[in-house]
Amino acid sequence: LTLLDIAHDSIQQARAAGATDSECTIAEGEEFSAQIRLGEVETIKQAASRGMGLRILIGNNTGSSYTSDLSSEGVKQMVAQAIELAAVTTADPFAGLPDASEFGSIPGDLQLYSADVARLEASAKIDIARRAEAAALQFDPRITNSDGGSFDSHLGRRVFVNSRGFSGEYNSSYCSISASAVAKQNDQMERDYWYHSARRFADLEQPDYIGRRAAERTLRRLGAVKVETQKASIVFEPRVARSMMGHIFEAIEGRSVYRQSTFLADKLGEQVAASGITIVDDGTIPGLFGSQPFDDEGIPTRRTLVIEKGVLKSFLLNTYSARKLGLKSTGSASRGVTGNAGVGHGNFYLEAGTRSPEELIASIPNGFYVTELIGSGVNIATGDYSRGAAGLWIRNGELAYAVSEVTIAGTLQQILMNMEAANDLEFRGSVAAPTLYIPEMTVGGR
Amino acid sequence: MSFSDSFFASKFNLRAQDLEAYLSEALSQGGDYADIYFEYLATSTISMDESIVKAATQGVSLGVGVRVLSGERTGYAYSDDLSPEKIRHAAKVAACIANGPAKVDKSSLQEGLKRNLYPVLTAPNELGFAERLDLVKRAEKAARAYDPRIFQVQATYADSLRHVLVANSEGVLNFDRQPMARLNVSALAREGNGSPQSGYSGGGGRVELEFFLNEKTPEHFAREAGRQAIVQLGAVEAPAGESTVVLGPGWPGVLLHEAVGHGLEADFNRKGTSAFSGRIGQQVASPLCTVIDDGTIGGRRGSLNVDDEGNRSQRNVLIENGILRGYLQDQLSSRITKAAPTGSGRRESYEHIPMPRMTNTFMLAGESDPEEIIRSVEKGLYCANFGGGQVDITSGNFVFSASESYLIEGGKLTRPVRNATLIGNGPEALKYVSMVGNDLKLDEGIGVCGKAGQSVPVGVGIPTVKIDRMTVGGTA
Repeated sequence: LTLLDIAHDSIQQARAAGATDSECTIAEGEEFSAQIRLGEVETIKQAASRGMGLRILIGNNTGSSYTSDLSSEGVKQMVAQAIELAAVTTADPFAGLPDASEFGSIPGDLQLYSADVARLEASAKIDIARRAEAAALQFDPRITNSDGGSFDSHLGRRVFVNSRGFSGEYNSSYCSISASAVAKQNDQMERDYWYHSARRFADLEQPDYIGRRAAERTLRRLGAVKVETQKASIVFEPRVARSMMGHIFEAIEGRSVYRQSTFLADKLGEQVAASGITIVDDGTIPGLFGSQPFDDEGIPTRRTLVIEKGVLKSFLLNTYSARKLGLKSTGSASRGVTGNAGVGHGNFYLEAGTRSPEELIASIPNGFYVTELIGSGVNIATGDYSRGAAGLWIRNGELAYAVSEVTIAGTLQQILMNMEAANDLEFRGSVAAPTLYIPEMTVGGR
Repeated sequence: MSFSDSFFASKFNLRAQDLEAYLSEALSQGGDYADIYFEYLATSTISMDESIVKAATQGVSLGVGVRVLSGERTGYAYSDDLSPEKIRHAAKVAACIANGPAKVDKSSLQEGLKRNLYPVLTAPNELGFAERLDLVKRAEKAARAYDPRIFQVQATYADSLRHVLVANSEGVLNFDRQPMARLNVSALAREGNGSPQSGYSGGGGRVELEFFLNEKTPEHFAREAGRQAIVQLGAVEAPAGESTVVLGPGWPGVLLHEAVGHGLEADFNRKGTSAFSGRIGQQVASPLCTVIDDGTIGGRRGSLNVDDEGNRSQRNVLIENGILRGYLQDQLSSRITKAAPTGSGRRESYEHIPMPRMTNTFMLAGESDPEEIIRSVEKGLYCANFGGGQVDITSGNFVFSASESYLIEGGKLTRPVRNATLIGNGPEALKYVSMVGNDLKLDEGIGVCGKAGQSVPVGVGIPTVKIDRMTVGGTA
């Protein structure tokens, strides 16, 4: 039996058991991971796994279930479990599958799968991890230790079938290299890392480069001090700026909008960000991690302008949240194997601005170039923002010295209205942002 | 219960000699040690939002993981198919971490001593859904009734029943039945056109459903979530910079989890990448501080009869009167450093390699009266509740987010303040503890700890504690 056969079979069984509608998701994957530390193999992990989820409706009542057991016995139990739960939930007029007219898949090859990842031998993968770590360790005598180098790969297959005639599947591949270096100076120890991931092995950055970047990033953290509490300009490097995009996504995704639990809930059509800010969600760009031919309800993915020149143009919606808001799905349904579809994003990115990061930094007399944020101190309902930060202090337009054990705080409303994007946009994952400049936030320190 | 009556033996016809054969296969390439971990996990979740039961999910996952150690190397493979061929294949794949002839004389399997820290006769998910549905409905109703300014309530009940079996090449054979249940309520309140404020409460443990009827009722969690949301409506900006901080009892123990707990996990210390590496016997906290990690507390969320490597959980002293005493070990670290096991080897599932992890981490009570602690502070911050936290193991810097806190002015709690992050450095922060209350409280059972992509349930606890100096990340 193919995965498609198993999926179709579960839909038929659900119908026979009384479901008026149903949809089935199957995910299959093969993972490999190699970790090297101090030149020796530390861990090799290798396995394949499958999982399957079902959502059924009996009228407007929903039930859902999942299993890792794809045998006929396992599927039978899964169907019975979903049917049982339709009696537990409340009839909800907004629940249900998309309309038949909405189903579809975008044409053409999205280049989500590359055979060069599958062809790679384990020994080659181990060697890559080894080279990445070695490059970090050899970079500077102050690099005294390592958290290792690693290579990971994943080959996946996704199948989606529903009772209204949609049936689709696609394959995907993923590979990544990372290195993590530890440096010591006096009594202070610091660690940082660098990594790259791609769908094609041929697109991966070289392991030596990954190692060197990890070492450089670690070294520049040495000698860090805690600055005085003050207001200062803030610059987020791209890796950190991506986390800001994560908060913006949470603030515009359908569920938080219809629940009124986001500060942007009533702001459609209003100026919510600086006029230079444009934020796009695009699930159709070939080869990127946020791309897929159809969303997790069988609706084609697309390009959605979320914020255009500072004006909030669209939320990101799955079918349920769209119906709640009287809008159309943006093809943003996202689910794992368990549970119901939530809202996800495709390639969610902030368009590049005009100034280079160097120009931005050069214009700042007193500021903080943030290279790491920790903690979860962001409240989407109020917009309150407060996180732990480390990075480099900017004095008279130059990166002057390392800073750590401080906080930065403000509100997402103010950050959005005042931020400026630099010109260095690069896609390194499904969320992307260039260097980001925020004229003023509160730095908490000594 | 003996092995032959255990879950995997009866449901999958697994015999002790099968386990021995898989372990032999795993060691066929010269590995030093092998273990095999079977897991069967059934979960169910019921969620109410906008006053209706919007979602209910249940399901099953099962699988087996085989691990081989060769020196400091780990080979790992898993399968979600429990057929003998697939298990043997996983054992073969894991075996390849070593390279040579088989060398270990495998001990024959001996069942470990039994105990039961969570004698749950009927796990909640062995019942029908009616009782569990009622808990969610009661919680939702009580949260809405708490105050008219509450406009959104979500109540979620989730439970799981996990059966595990671990056998290793040193002859250990252990199995366990691990129930878990949890009820959460979140509430949003709004006043006029002001921004919504949220409150969150939840709890549970390795308990029977009666726990939610007799001990911590749905109304208890609902009122607490409602109370927090309403309190926040009057919140002012949090201060920025160094301040005296008083932590309330219970969940604020997450400070210990972040500030010291992770840094004392043996993997980081063996590798010399923790800020606590090489500091055993040194002063890392004020003499008022004794910090324990205890996996043996009855019914608690972080408790385990046996860890995920088959070792019995235990009570481990991490810091005693301010002196660093020990690390939390897993099998690999304790083999390499020849340290005694601490029962701290845990994994998220059969797909994951075990690591040293915390169980229930708390500070022992001191002698101060909690009210006297607050009275002693002229100007500072009192933190009653937290969201999550995070730590950079190597530098030791950690943060945690205060979700309910108050200004202390002239020895009294005055105004509530908005959410703020607190930051400190692990080996330094607890040196500023100047008073420890006599009111140790454990959290209500909501903790989830993440490490290297693996989540496991944990508990925390702390008495009221005064810290003379800590950086607060507000805006005022």
